Amino acid sequence: MDEKNIQQQGEQQQFVQRDYKNDQTVRWCPGCGNHAILNVLHKSMAELGIPPHMTAVISGIGCSSRLPYYMSTYAFHTIHGRGGAVASGFKTANPEMTVWQVSGDGDCLAIGGNHFIHEVRRNMDLNLLLLNNKIYGLTKGQYSPTSARGFVSKSSPYGTVEDPFIPAELVFGARGTFFARSIDMELKISQECMVAAVKHTGCSVVEILQNCMIFNDGIHKHIADRAFRADRTIHLVHGEKMVYGKDNDKGLVQDGFGLKAVTIGQDGYTLDDVLVHDAHCRDYFLHQQLAMMDGTDLPVALGVIRDVEAPSYETCVAQQVEEAKAKHGFSCLRDVILTGDTWEVK
Amino acid sequence: MEEKAKVQFRQSIVVRFAGDSGDGMQLAGTIFSNVSAGLGDQISTFPDYPAEVRAPQGSLNGVSGFQVHMGHGVHTPGDECDVLVAMNPAALKQNAKYLRKGGAAIVDIGTFNLGGLDKALFTTDDPYTEINLRGQVVEVPMTSLVKAALEDTGMDFKAQMKCRNMFALGLVCWLFNIPMESPIKFINNKFASKPAIAQANEKVIRGGYDYGHNIHASVSTYRIETEEQRPGIYTDVNGNKATAWGLIMASEKSGRPLFLGSYPITPATDILHELAKRRDLGVKAVQMEDEIGGICAAVGASFAGNLAVTSTSGPGLSLKSEALGLAVMAELPLVLIDVQRGGPSTGLPTKTEQTDLQQALYGRSGECPLVVLAALSPTDCFNMAFEAARIAIEHMTPVVLLTDAFIANGSSAWRIPEEDEYPEIKPNYVPDSLKAVWKPYMRDARGVRYWAIPGTPGLEHLVGGLEKDYNSGIISNDPINHAHMVETRHRKVENVAQDIPELQLRGDRDADTIIVGWGGTYGHILDAVRAVRSQGKKLAMTQFRYINPLPKNTADVLNRFKTVIVAELNDGQFASYLQSKMPALNICHINKVQGQPFMVQEIVNEINKVMEDE
Repeated sequence: MDEKNIQQQGEQQQFVQRDYKNDQTVRWCPGCGNHAILNVLHKSMAELGIPPHMTAVISGIGCSSRLPYYMSTYAFHTIHGRGGAVASGFKTANPEMTVWQVSGDGDCLAIGGNHFIHEVRRNMDLNLLLLNNKIYGLTKGQYSPTSARGFVSKSSPYGTVEDPFIPAELVFGARGTFFARSIDMELKISQECMVAAVKHTGCSVVEILQNCMIFNDGIHKHIADRAFRADRTIHLVHGEKMVYGKDNDKGLVQDGFGLKAVTIGQDGYTLDDVLVHDAHCRDYFLHQQLAMMDGTDLPVALGVIRDVEAPSYETCVAQQVEEAKAKHGFSCLRDVILTGDTWEVK
Repeated sequence: MEEKAKVQFRQSIVVRFAGDSGDGMQLAGTIFSNVSAGLGDQISTFPDYPAEVRAPQGSLNGVSGFQVHMGHGVHTPGDECDVLVAMNPAALKQNAKYLRKGGAAIVDIGTFNLGGLDKALFTTDDPYTEINLRGQVVEVPMTSLVKAALEDTGMDFKAQMKCRNMFALGLVCWLFNIPMESPIKFINNKFASKPAIAQANEKVIRGGYDYGHNIHASVSTYRIETEEQRPGIYTDVNGNKATAWGLIMASEKSGRPLFLGSYPITPATDILHELAKRRDLGVKAVQMEDEIGGICAAVGASFAGNLAVTSTSGPGLSLKSEALGLAVMAELPLVLIDVQRGGPSTGLPTKTEQTDLQQALYGRSGECPLVVLAALSPTDCFNMAFEAARIAIEHMTPVVLLTDAFIANGSSAWRIPEEDEYPEIKPNYVPDSLKAVWKPYMRDARGVRYWAIPGTPGLEHLVGGLEKDYNSGIISNDPINHAHMVETRHRKVENVAQDIPELQLRGDRDADTIIVGWGGTYGHILDAVRAVRSQGKKLAMTQFRYINPLPKNTADVLNRFKTVIVAELNDGQFASYLQSKMPALNICHINKVQGQPFMVQEIVNEINKVMEDE
């Protein structure tokens, strides 16, 4: 949805966080990362000011997909993996609505993988929260398509023998126009990503690294722990230098075809050498390199990594409808049939 | 054409065009049926085409056929043809069985060379005897005549041969006294952007017509007497197009925009094609990434407030089962069109069957009732698509409409209805008086949930696949509540019986025996009943269009007969459904599972057998 529409809808009435949440008791496990994500979603909606009746939240199956139960917007809890297809039909049918899809790594990338890549490819104007905890929680602890090779779980007692998906790679492979990433505990960055997702026209994928206390506790700890989060993540902001670290003294520089982490003021590197983030660049080569950083040699990228303008599917459909109507000027079915081969019986 | 010899007056005649799948038989047949319909004949057509897009030329697998029945009293494309046009030996071999005794086979003798006979696996040099051809053979050197007609056009041989279908069509037009103007108009429209091709085809069709004129002494010709039809403007329509149009009419009558989520599948794809064209009427037809995506997009569009439809065939219905269950659970209006084909699995994609009935009725997890309808004929697809949408919207339920390859591809002349011939469809919106207290699963007196359209302030709500509390609509695992909800959903569908027409009885009310069919076998059964009654026997008939729920007088109608013969293109699916509802019925079966429609004579023979045994 573009900025103008958001403003128009927002100006009519101001909304606050509680306008988007209902009185249901939230039933995720205590300490689950989803609590924070839900909270940030309510806040983001209030910041955007789009009225609850113009908002729909659609999900598949899984712990994450329970989120619509805690919304006071229009909401649909569908079936496993199909949230993307349902949301696509919903948005095409009613483009005026702001549509959120909430999904998890299993729902979105395993059973729903086909719908996921196609909604991204079509550039459906959906805001997709992909809550990635690298585990199947609702079925009590099987490995997921994002679990690392060798991961031991109830369904992989000897460790998995398959490589995981990196969600960002699928988004770029499907020619996606928007990708952002956050961590469940990074409330500000999450909100920034969610708001940017709605402002972007087209399919906006926001991956949120989420912790499952019960079945996969600490899976993101190597980057998310407060002790070293600042040194192992980087918050990317369009137009700003790629600096990070608890003392803001680290930066990313171009190194041949790749990226390199440097300390500013050491080895001859100055702030001038540090790259400036360009989320709007159509070529996704550098976006992909940023999104693939894994927190070992290079920090995990958070924030809006890619945000490129492109026509959205449902807008193009609506436009074709208007053009075809104007061109042919039919008022009803009978007009259309009468243009074919007909004869009269008197 | 006053000099025509041996003119026979007939009520109706059947012509079958058969050739290689690249020979343009479907086009020749379509032009012929449109032109005859334009002259006031009733028509019924049956394209019989191979699953392969282009099998090897001249091979038995590559034969494509198109049968046209024209005249009056036309209810089926006809069991047998009066005239068979065979463009090559393979076409003759595959189609000779359809030629009526005493009918005429017109063959392109130019293709009956050793190579052609070999490809068609003939083992002797007397193909007619080898296949026991029952009619008269008219050998026409089409290949050389077409070549001669187009000699000065500069076209190469291959291009010239593509016009052979028009030569055959010209010859057939001459046989049936059809003036050349309208087929030529049709050709010029069809090839409007390629004037050279149009010109060549026109030359060839005239050549065929003149050739017929010159050999008149050797073929028995027919003249059809036409019957009065209801005044109005008519067009030729096949079942798939009629289905698409019926849905558009329902959208106009309900005020809900039409949305189709679909995925290409034979023989249902033409519904997608037609609705994709209709952006000019505001229709949003979306080709999704798979069958599941097709129905899920439709479910999403339904939640968004559209008249939502998904179209498919048997294997696609299997894939859509889970999402159908979601629509049942969320109690959203949805129309699913299943154009049935031969199964199981990929089966016989281009052939007709009625083998999806029980899948439509029962093929879902849980207690999952929905409405099932069936269309009788190509033109009835319009009515039943409209009905499917009306029931879905007014009763907040998914509806499965069963058509089949036979009526989907077959066509009939159809009177274009006036706007006021179809009723308004009234969506069950949340009444203003309830808005303050409304809950998503609140019901009216019929047990039907209200439809709150997203975008409406104050009606924000959640639906979903989990069981809901009867009163609050909040998720519930309570055992008694679940049982109550199962019963509520069941009763909602049963109540649809109050809102559909009663079953019509035809034929002899005082007969001991009734023949029962459903859906697309209507024309064949009707003709069979006429044939049996003309032998002086008493027989009643009824054809079901409403399958779940059954019309409310069903038991009253059927219980009065000693014997109920159920005729269907499967192994007895409707018969066992009826038996389960009415255990006292004495049911006999007529079943055919060959991927082909019934032949009238087959039904007549089976009825006679049953009646003799009584």
